[in-house]
Amino acid sequence: MTWFLLALVVAGTAAGDLCQSIGMKQQGAIRDFRPGALGRVLSLAARNRWVLASIGCFAVSFFGFLGLVSIVDLSFAAPATAAAYVVETLLARYVLKESISRQRWAGALLVTLGVVLVSL
Amino acid sequence: MKTRVFLLIIIVANAVGNVLLSYGMRQVGSIASYSPLELVAGSLRAAGNPWVLAGVGLLAVFFVAHLMVLSWADLSYILLMTSAGYILVTLLSWSWLGERVSPGRWAGTAAIAAGVALVGRTPVSTVPRP
Repeated sequence: MTWFLLALVVAGTAAGDLCQSIGMKQQGAIRDFRPGALGRVLSLAARNRWVLASIGCFAVSFFGFLGLVSIVDLSFAAPATAAAYVVETLLARYVLKESISRQRWAGALLVTLGVVLVSL
Repeated sequence: MKTRVFLLIIIVANAVGNVLLSYGMRQVGSIASYSPLELVAGSLRAAGNPWVLAGVGLLAVFFVAHLMVLSWADLSYILLMTSAGYILVTLLSWSWLGERVSPGRWAGTAAIAAGVALVGRTPVSTVPRP
């Protein structure tokens, strides 16, 4: 159960970020930064099925995390979810076709290690 | 440049939003039970606390800025750069909430800072876009 819930948390977070990235890139790069544009961003986002799906994914991840901390210590649950950094970097590489240089990989591993240490 | 400004907004709004929420919720007091009635009553009490309201407002700013920046930047870039928020949260909870920070947590904070410094030197976007 622990590993299932942990997988749910990591997969939910990663799928959520992935959907959000796909949805926002579909809209095209935002170039209007006047204060009124904020409302337009929200209404665009609210009508984009990828962005809506991302919210569902985050909800799954959130409730998965609640379930996880109800059966294991937070000092296991919080650092374990740092795996999302590695999973998301891989998804960015293979699904979004981003090019992850050695430098970016080194950064990703340092950040993951750091998040594990911070939340232990 | 534009991306750096957005990263700053995202990191600060998220970290300060969460710290304000935590500070406000400590004033509101813990939610005694998970019965629906108590949850509603607790939410109403929380909504009347100015720190909680300010925290929720900042988290909304975070959400919109994060959506906007993803319209042009790599997910792998934004994801890793925003982990700098952990550094800010550690500093804020140490200096403002008066929490004790363990040596392990300082070491983790340093590793995140090194990772962010590396990723910050890679291009914001590596995918050709129209």
